[in-house]
Amino acid sequence: MAQPSPNDAFVAFEHVQKSYDGVSLVVKDLNLQIGKGEFLTMLGPSGSGKTTCLMMLAGFETATSGEIRLDGRPINQVPPHKRGIGMVFQNYALFPHMTVGENLAFPLEVRGMSKSDRETKVKRALDMVQMYSFINRRPAQLSGGQQQRIALARALVFDPALVLMDEPLGALDKQLREHMQFEIKHLHENLGITVVYVTHDQGEALTMSDRVAVFNDGRIQQLAPPSDLYERPENSFVAQFIGENNKLPGTVEEIGGGRCTVRLATGEVIDATPVNVTTKGARTLVSIRPERVEFKPEMMPAGAHTIDAEVMEFIYMGDLFRTRLKVAGSEDFVIKSRNTLGQRVLRAGEKIKIGWAPQDARALDPM
Amino acid sequence: MADISPAPLTTSDGRPLKAALASAQARAKWRAFLLVVPLLLFIVLTFLVPIGYMLQRSFQHDGFSANVPALAAWFDANPGVTEPDEAAYKALVTDLAQMQVDKTPGQAGTRINYTVPGTISLFKGAARKAAEMQPPYKDALLADSAQWGEPKLWAAMREAASPYTTDFYRVATDRKRAADGGWERGSDQERIYIFLFVKTFLLSGAVTVICLLLAFPIAHLLATLPMSKSSLLMILVLLPFWTSLLVRTSSWIAILQEQGVINDLLVWMHVLGEDGRVRMVYNQTGTVIVMTHILLPFMVLPLYSVMRTIPPSYARAARSLGATSWTTFRRVYLPQTLPGIAAGSLLVFILAVGYYITPALVGGADGQLISNMIQFHMAKSNWSLAAALAAMLLVAVMVLYWLYDRLIGIDRLKLG
Repeated sequence: MAQPSPNDAFVAFEHVQKSYDGVSLVVKDLNLQIGKGEFLTMLGPSGSGKTTCLMMLAGFETATSGEIRLDGRPINQVPPHKRGIGMVFQNYALFPHMTVGENLAFPLEVRGMSKSDRETKVKRALDMVQMYSFINRRPAQLSGGQQQRIALARALVFDPALVLMDEPLGALDKQLREHMQFEIKHLHENLGITVVYVTHDQGEALTMSDRVAVFNDGRIQQLAPPSDLYERPENSFVAQFIGENNKLPGTVEEIGGGRCTVRLATGEVIDATPVNVTTKGARTLVSIRPERVEFKPEMMPAGAHTIDAEVMEFIYMGDLFRTRLKVAGSEDFVIKSRNTLGQRVLRAGEKIKIGWAPQDARALDPM
Repeated sequence: MADISPAPLTTSDGRPLKAALASAQARAKWRAFLLVVPLLLFIVLTFLVPIGYMLQRSFQHDGFSANVPALAAWFDANPGVTEPDEAAYKALVTDLAQMQVDKTPGQAGTRINYTVPGTISLFKGAARKAAEMQPPYKDALLADSAQWGEPKLWAAMREAASPYTTDFYRVATDRKRAADGGWERGSDQERIYIFLFVKTFLLSGAVTVICLLLAFPIAHLLATLPMSKSSLLMILVLLPFWTSLLVRTSSWIAILQEQGVINDLLVWMHVLGEDGRVRMVYNQTGTVIVMTHILLPFMVLPLYSVMRTIPPSYARAARSLGATSWTTFRRVYLPQTLPGIAAGSLLVFILAVGYYITPALVGGADGQLISNMIQFHMAKSNWSLAAALAAMLLVAVMVLYWLYDRLIGIDRLKLG
């Protein structure tokens, strides 16, 4: 998806700051453009400011400074009920004293829609989530997954162009969560709505989103499509936060042509791609995904530097083998290999050599 | 499909499962029961027994019946006869003579006095002379007082010859015995109790409504403010609980009276003239103001405990769905606070209906409630009438509980 420019963005945050106590900033200078029809996820640890951003967009919190625009219109002063934004809450927030049908009719009723129109729309929305047969139940009579479906249908029933979701799957078990991820994704694709999704679950962010904004400490650390985020993290925080990563601290030995070599504290030299380092002698943290580490000599990329490793522990995980190595004095270097026919099983105490393609190791800022 | 009822389950050694479970738990149940025995005894002895005894008093009074064995026998032998014959007068004189010996004519007279005023002295006087009276006894008694011939007195004595009576309930509902033994309404100046019941319920209703209006915003604040501020507010709400009821009531007198703080302030600000001071205490106004203040925490706490459990996301959801803040309150927030409103209102209303000290101190003449009347009769040792009034109050409160259970469900009562 093409990156929206600030002028034609459907949702735009411009220099938005938020403080609750007048002493510290929870959101520091947020600039974010979201295109129409985009599925954007705000991902980050708790306290990173992602939920505050969502609440400012929904209108439940006011920005301390800066401007938020929806479809070109500044909405800082617009009360939440006039924004026309659908919202799905973490605990579903289905009104317990109303039936499923009444819950769905509520947004239509407050808009003064006629009874027959309401019934048509409610039926359509419930059919969309395959829940029409539950129309007369109360929320307490539904399971968590069913409540989540109803909450989704309620947020969509009045045809909002923008839907916000605040960790909507957080309370569901793993299997149901994965199933609902696909359902939400399909609804997004079929309806052409814009979705802003908040989660702290990186797997959820990677599977569902067009773009992911990684939040930490009140700032967006990286805003990129899932594949970029995973394969090309721009700083050490993102590299650590998304997926598993091996980190090797060292100093840049040689740099040039989009490649560099890094000398580790123990003296070994490894290949890397410079990301946040520009000069020789700079301190850096090299990050490598466990599944990109190669240990079979015949598969080693040509010209790759290899370093010695000792197998500490081998863990059988079903589809994967996870092997913990001692590399450059540190004992928490992990490699993952797929459980394929004839895959080599490493044993504790075994001495091997490991290496990788330079583009898989990224020299980032030292943490 | 055939309906096969499953055989009762048994344990591995063949005992029925239910019996095995009961014996396995018997010891624990006994221990639990023994732990609550002291409390159970305490409640039975200090609460249930006295209440039962008082309730019994409302329909049983043997002050007359225990002292007139001969007359009672005559009443039994002549049911439905309104005109007493010589045998009846003979029996009465025999009983009166025995009363004089037992020193009980006062007791018997008091019982008849409840329905026919002025009869205590009648009984005492006749009892003194009964031993010397000669037949015909009718003439002898009528010579003592013409009252002895009145059908009203004989009807009252026939009723009182049985220890069980509805007389006290008649008085408590402003009815009196008609000449034919039926019930009739008393004259207007005699009808005080029904009016007092109605007034008690109306004032309690007013106190309940005012409490609800005042408590709702406070409870909402308590439930939504951050912890540090809400606990301070909670202390302010509970402060009255920690102060003696008498102290609070007396301070209200100091504040509200004609030479009190509020009137002084209004006069000082020239809102009122020196001779225009408002009377706010020793009347109904005083009763309502002070009772509202004293009962307010009982409304705040149930409301708070319900509101605390309503997550703010409901209101947010409603707002995001397009509801104005008023619609959100009316359609989403208010319905969810109903159990708290019902619990608080029920609690305040029931407490108000039986409130005694406050109206006694600040009620003056027209701020008295039914409980003050019950106390009045207790002090005048007409315990039976007091018991009848109290029983009616108790039934009214029970009916309220029943209504509450039917409408809202007693299991949804949340008191904090």
